[in-house]
Amino acid sequence: MRRLTPAESQGVSLSVATGLYGISFGALAVTAGLDVWQVAALSLLMFTGGSQFAFIGVLSGGGGGAAALGAASLLGMRNAVYGMQINALVQPGLKPLAAHVTIDESTAIGLAQRDPDERRRGFWVTGIGILSLWSLFSVVGALLGSSIGDPQVFGLDGAAVAAFLGLLWPRLKGREPWALAVVAAVATVVVVPWVPAGVPILVAAAVAAAWGWWVPDPARRSAGPDGRGVRRPDASLEHEPEHEQGEEQS
Amino acid sequence: MSLWIWVAAACVVSYGIKLTGHLVPRRLLESQRALRVAGCLTIGLLASLCVTNAFVSGSSVVLDARIGALCAAAIALLLRAPFLVVVIAGAVAAAGLRLLGWG
Repeated sequence: MRRLTPAESQGVSLSVATGLYGISFGALAVTAGLDVWQVAALSLLMFTGGSQFAFIGVLSGGGGGAAALGAASLLGMRNAVYGMQINALVQPGLKPLAAHVTIDESTAIGLAQRDPDERRRGFWVTGIGILSLWSLFSVVGALLGSSIGDPQVFGLDGAAVAAFLGLLWPRLKGREPWALAVVAAVATVVVVPWVPAGVPILVAAAVAAAWGWWVPDPARRSAGPDGRGVRRPDASLEHEPEHEQGEEQS
Repeated sequence: MSLWIWVAAACVVSYGIKLTGHLVPRRLLESQRALRVAGCLTIGLLASLCVTNAFVSGSSVVLDARIGALCAAAIALLLRAPFLVVVIAGAVAAAGLRLLGWG
């Protein structure tokens, strides 16, 4: 068996940590009144962890199905933003499946890579890996019910925090990315008490998009006021495959 | 039985939201400015996911064992540890702090 690429091994480690969390979802869902089949349906077909927790959270709090659906949908809106970002990575024929596995973790691993092939691999390994393990462990949790303890005891929520920081870290080179990350983080924390769960990340996304729209790229600032001068090669790292350069002579 | 209707509706709506983003025409996302926005969006989303997972519980900002995970991960990253070690450091820090009865 070949060795895993860096993006693949990142995807596998995040899949295991996130997948195990399915145990707590399954256990909480049966406590909220769902049966094992409904738990399996949510994890396999709805498949967006935060929204699933919101869905059962509203039910167990005595809310109705419509309220549960509303909360879950609002929380899932960020997946549309992720879809726009992941769009460029996938072949058109695979779009329906790619859309299904477009979640926090697969998007984060995919976008954190520099190389286009690594982006694609990271996205798919994480997406499919979590879909499988999350569904499996949700059912395990539902069968075990509340007899198992809280997965927080094992620090799985700490693993998620560390994983997201680990994905952000390599992008914080230079003053501008740091400033942007701090602004986005502050925007998130400031709005948390005032808006429903899931919306803060949309606020941060809007702030970051506005930043990108209006603040000139420091890597291209020397290009003149209209920004159309010669681009420095590292200003185009985002999406363009580097290995296509230099093939013109052939 | 009626719960099944809401479960099904939640599955359909969630998939619809995900697909919406993928259906945005790709050429709209390929201009110089869109690439710049996409790059900033990546940093903004990752930073937001990071603090959401570290400090947010429901609708409130809290300080609990997860801040230990954030610090442990930052130290591991400063020491140039590989990704898996960073993730494990976060888990061990959070679990350790809880074992000590904090957060």
